[in-house]
Amino acid sequence: MHNFNYHHAADIADAALKLKVTVEPKLLAGGMTLLPTLKNRLAQPSDLIDLAKIDGLKGISVEGKEVVVKAMTTHAVVAASTDVRKAIPALADLADGIGDPAVRHRGTIGGSVANSDPAADYPAGVLGLDAVVETNERKINADDFFTGLFETALKPGEIITAVRFKIPDRAHYMKFRHPASGYAVVGVMVAQYGAKVRVAVTGAGPNAFRVRAMEDALEKSFAPASVANIKIPAGDLLGDIHCSAEYRAHLVNVYARRCVEALVK
Amino acid sequence: MEYNVQMTVNGKAVSGKVEARTLLVQFIREHLRLTGTHVGCDTTQCGCCVIHVDGVAMKSCTMLALQADGKSILTIEGLAAADGALHPMQQAFRDHHGLQCGFCTPGMVMMGVDIARRLPGADEKTVRHQLEGNICRCTGYQGIVEAIMDASAKMHAAKA
Ligand SMILES: Cc1cc2nc3c(=O)[nH]c(=O)nc-3n(C[C@H](O)[C@H](O)[C@H](O)COP(=O)(O)OP(=O)(O)OC[C@H]3O[C@@H](n4cnc5c(N)ncnc54)[C@H](O)[C@@H]3O)c2cc1C
Ligand code: FES
Ligand code: FES
Repeated sequence: MHNFNYHHAADIADAALKLKVTVEPKLLAGGMTLLPTLKNRLAQPSDLIDLAKIDGLKGISVEGKEVVVKAMTTHAVVAASTDVRKAIPALADLADGIGDPAVRHRGTIGGSVANSDPAADYPAGVLGLDAVVETNERKINADDFFTGLFETALKPGEIITAVRFKIPDRAHYMKFRHPASGYAVVGVMVAQYGAKVRVAVTGAGPNAFRVRAMEDALEKSFAPASVANIKIPAGDLLGDIHCSAEYRAHLVNVYARRCVEALVK
Repeated sequence: MEYNVQMTVNGKAVSGKVEARTLLVQFIREHLRLTGTHVGCDTTQCGCCVIHVDGVAMKSCTMLALQADGKSILTIEGLAAADGALHPMQQAFRDHHGLQCGFCTPGMVMMGVDIARRLPGADEKTVRHQLEGNICRCTGYQGIVEAIMDASAKMHAAKA
């Protein structure tokens, strides 16, 4: 690992200032992505700005029809939250399926969402649950947030402060778990809001995306058969050592159907 | 540049000077010379380096020493009682043949204690899932899973 300078941010304003005055800074949240990246020398920040001591960035609240998860809340805390379990069980399940217990004890929602790893779980939750990503500067709709492979709408120096999920009537998340890492080879979130349905997919493409054809079909008839024959073009999907793009396209179909099956059971 | 770091390790206040990039496991092993905590992979996969930070299991190969500043750390060396009596989890690993070469064992035991804390009475399936981040090359996990279930039951009976 290359060396760097290390700072604790006292509050969000302090973190924003430190991001401005250092040469090539990076925010440090749980470090479950960033530290492995640094060990591999895939990044060489001049300064790490640790958000861990900012109390205002931790915690979960239910506000009306929304569940608000602050950026530094760990996956383990989301998974164990009775509020989340009651309001959006699919979100608690999603968090509980990330990596392993030790990873969940450190990894945070802010770090996961900011990273837009193609195989990360939270992006399917953010997109499927029509969330709003709040930063120190603005609010970004989920539909505008994930823009590419490890790319988001975040500007340099912007800090995620919270993710605001809309509570659905019902929702289900399932993934084909990579047997070694736990990451989603493909993960699908299906959520219903009255007459509207959202189908969000992670793992399959360069970044999380919605499948409008499935949403339309489920809005007409919320049944497994509605999605069973909707094929996803493999052209834009990822093929790698784990599996081909065609296989991922197939998995999207299978997991979308299984989510609907679980919901109508 | 060097940074001062202070923490409590196995009940004792310790401090030292570290580089920003010094990993917590390096600080524990190389600065404090507590070599019970192992490094099996260095890539956050194997769990040999699991310790407790403020009572919660974490992989010390994927934390900076500076991220543990001011925290309370428990390593395998701090688990047994002051008189040397084994912790129920250690005793259960012994009773159930939960180790062969012993390389994964410190991490397994520390994760086992964490599982018992979070999921009292966990069944076999749950324990196996909870060990997703701890890899053992030798035992085939059977004895490890039995040990964790046994110790977990004993720890909760002792508390009640
Ligand atoms: C063994 C292992 C298995 C894993 N398995 C899974 C899995 O199954 N599914 C899954 O989804 N993930 C998995 N992960 C990744 C894990 O969920 C990470 O915790 C997460 O992706 C990053 O969160 P972090 O808090 O650790 O962020 P960090 O590693 O600290 O940061 C990640 C990036 O986000 C930036 N960042 C952090 N916080 C903010 C913020 N508030 N605002 C703006 N930018 C920010 C950082 O600068 C950095 O670029 C795994 C990781 C490991 C090591
Ligand atoms: S050495 Fe830390 S997980 Fe393997
Ligand atoms: S006992 Fe040898 S690796 Fe587990």
